[in-house]
Amino acid sequence: MIPGLDRSDMQTPLKRVQGLGSAKSGTQHFIVQRITAVALVPLVIWAVFLALVLVHADYAHARALLHHPFAAVWLVAFLIAALWHAQLGLQVVIEDYVHTRWLEAASQLAVKFVCVIAALAGVVAVARIALA
Amino acid sequence: MPQVARPLSPHIQVYRWPLSMALSIVHRATGVVLALGTLLIVWFLLALANGPESYASVRALCASWFGMIVLFGWSWALAFHLANGVRHLFWDAGKGYSIQQAKTSGVVVVVLSLILTGLIWGCVILSGTGAQGGSA
Repeated sequence: MIPGLDRSDMQTPLKRVQGLGSAKSGTQHFIVQRITAVALVPLVIWAVFLALVLVHADYAHARALLHHPFAAVWLVAFLIAALWHAQLGLQVVIEDYVHTRWLEAASQLAVKFVCVIAALAGVVAVARIALA
Repeated sequence: MPQVARPLSPHIQVYRWPLSMALSIVHRATGVVLALGTLLIVWFLLALANGPESYASVRALCASWFGMIVLFGWSWALAFHLANGVRHLFWDAGKGYSIQQAKTSGVVVVVLSLILTGLIWGCVILSGTGAQGGSA
């Protein structure tokens, strides 16, 4: 929020949709879903190539592959973008199909927690390999 | 939830499924599958970080028939969601909205997803017969 901004009827419709409307989030969800989607195109193509190399990699080779700083950074970026995109997508699926209020709230919370924990666990795992 | 069961307008059960409608719901379904798949990637990374024993057990599971079926389905889901996701980005940019364009891009997405899946598994099979011996 911009300090000193008068949040009265003086708001333009544009201002409202940019984040101060009834949902207090405006088009933020839509935009972040697209940003992560665009980011995931190159990230996921690289991840597929990595997976194809890993198919025939023994333990030492796999560790060496992810020890490289480029691989570690790219993989962390992939994990964060993928899980963020997943949370946003699952949020809409739950909003559309779960009509029992408490169950919807519980599922939304669970999805958010699982995505955040998975991202943190993935980052820690990559860090352990990269810094070993 | 409504107190009285009010009549709903008929929707999915009365329509013949056009391609765009099928691809729309498949995009969702593959998205949910890929969300679960991302958790498997994290599990794989944790196993690799943990040590040779846990890495070996993950590889053994991947090489099992169950693991191969999951990996194959996952690869197609990824190829489809990627291709159809790019189709969505074109729509977001305001392109390709005519009915004919949407039909054509839908067919392109389906064909592309099959080609990408074929390429991925072609690489797996060909690299397996190549210089590096698989040590699963």
